[in-house]
Amino acid sequence: MTQYLTLSDVTRQFGPTTAVDRVSLKIEPGQFVGVIGRSGAGKSTLLRLINRLIDPTSGSISFDGTEITALKGKALREWRRDCAMIFQQFNLVDRLDVLTNVLIGRLAEHGFLSSMAMQFTDAERAQAIAALDRLDLVPQALQRAGTLSGGQQQRVAIAKALVQKPKIMLADEPIASLDPANATLVMDGLKQINQDDGITVLVNLHTLDTARAYCDRIIAMREGRVFFDGTARQLTDDVVRDIYGLKGLQEFNEAVTSTALRETA
Amino acid sequence: MSATADSANMAIPQNAVVSQFEQDFSERRRKSRRAWAIGSVLFFICFMLTSWIGDFFKVTQVTMPDGSREWRWIIPVGIPRLGEYISKTIPTLHRDSLGADLADWFWRWRTWLKLLFETILIAYMATVLGVVGGFLLSFPAARNLAPNKWILWLTRRYLEIARTVPELVWAIIFVFCFSVGPMAGVLAISLHATGALGKLYSEVNENIDMRPLEGVKAAGGTWFDQIRYGAVPQVMPNIISYTLLRFEINVRASSIIGYVGAGGLGQEFRTAMSFQEYTDLSALFVIIFVTVMTIDYGSEKLRHRIIGMEGIRA
Repeated sequence: MTQYLTLSDVTRQFGPTTAVDRVSLKIEPGQFVGVIGRSGAGKSTLLRLINRLIDPTSGSISFDGTEITALKGKALREWRRDCAMIFQQFNLVDRLDVLTNVLIGRLAEHGFLSSMAMQFTDAERAQAIAALDRLDLVPQALQRAGTLSGGQQQRVAIAKALVQKPKIMLADEPIASLDPANATLVMDGLKQINQDDGITVLVNLHTLDTARAYCDRIIAMREGRVFFDGTARQLTDDVVRDIYGLKGLQEFNEAVTSTALRETA
Repeated sequence: MSATADSANMAIPQNAVVSQFEQDFSERRRKSRRAWAIGSVLFFICFMLTSWIGDFFKVTQVTMPDGSREWRWIIPVGIPRLGEYISKTIPTLHRDSLGADLADWFWRWRTWLKLLFETILIAYMATVLGVVGGFLLSFPAARNLAPNKWILWLTRRYLEIARTVPELVWAIIFVFCFSVGPMAGVLAISLHATGALGKLYSEVNENIDMRPLEGVKAAGGTWFDQIRYGAVPQVMPNIISYTLLRFEINVRASSIIGYVGAGGLGQEFRTAMSFQEYTDLSALFVIIFVTVMTIDYGSEKLRHRIIGMEGIRA
């Protein structure tokens, strides 16, 4: 497989500010990539550019030889299906049940009428239940999504992403609004999907130790640019200080921002 | 120094920061009071001006009981005439012949009941058509959902035209097109209701949470998918509530459009007025009043139940 995701000189400007500044990356299939950086460093914009929720001002994004920035209509919707997106605020439909929320992942393949009537095939429903089962959510399948806890909602979002049968999974701060126990469940879920299904995972994180624990490769962004690209081991304290602009701080304690569950011994 | 003065000093600590704040605060309060005073004066002037233009201060010549003509302010002269008109419409009911008097008052009850039924049917069908039209157009008419600004502009103008023209005027036009009868009434009210409901619904749409729509979009959904899955479930309770409210309004509207020949009870108002059958007017008023009250009551109960209900499958 040579399904590389390649970004070259991707730039996105919002008025006078440059959110993403000439970013070039090559993501190998099957990698678990963490993107770190301060708030406003351009991490979210980067993920949204890949999924084409926003369009780049300049530069090119390609996947497996296809130019992503030129896609339109059905081809664009199929690309969005292929690179499933998970959001910090889950972005589920609170008033619909969990099952329907998961089935939204199948919409790219639906015609107008079946979609408007919320008609899904038995095979699709079975697929959705199987995805929910992987995340231990089958008992909640007919509950309204809004009644679930944050951690459960994020796992519903992952199940929805799974039924899209994606090649890449993009996760925008998936654990930022979750407590440590739920954060661990969600990250483990992503890791498992990455290993069992071979799906490339690109995840924005703001907790360094999570990035170190889960990611094969860490990309750090600062002021819209790629500032560091390497393994967790290469990410030394000095680099971290530069990433977060903590020059003034004498000591930098990763545990302060940690959401991991630790033994208190 | 007395003890009370001492404790007062304790309560209000004096230092530069506090006194500076006090100074700024009183300055701000003075400004806001001045703004209020100017606003009130302007409001009063505008109000008096409109009353004057609206003939509220008009002095008119009236015939006095002794036959002489005198100049009088119009309001105290006009008010007794209101009572005169209303008293004409009040039927004479006697305790001993109440049944016969009532039968006399509602002498055309067969016709009226039939027309009342027609009135409610007009309102019902007009509401259905208006809801369908208003609902479908409310999405392109919402600033946050419109696919582009041209479609937004076009649907908004259409809805504005539809609701700016009153039902009665639409009814006159449709009576001209489709001749006298309830069909013209249904079209007239449904067109006006489309405009009114489309506006209300689109405002509901503008207040929704956009994140679910983004979730649908990111999964490869079309604009229609985003609306169907992301927006519709969010707005459904409000849509139902406004729809029931509109049904009440449409019953009132359909009871008058018969005046121009568009079906329903309204035609009886016209007949009664032209034949100067004043007691018929009060009878019709009682019928409509009771009907509207019943529908108000029923739909309010229904609305509250729906709003309180959890888990409406949209």
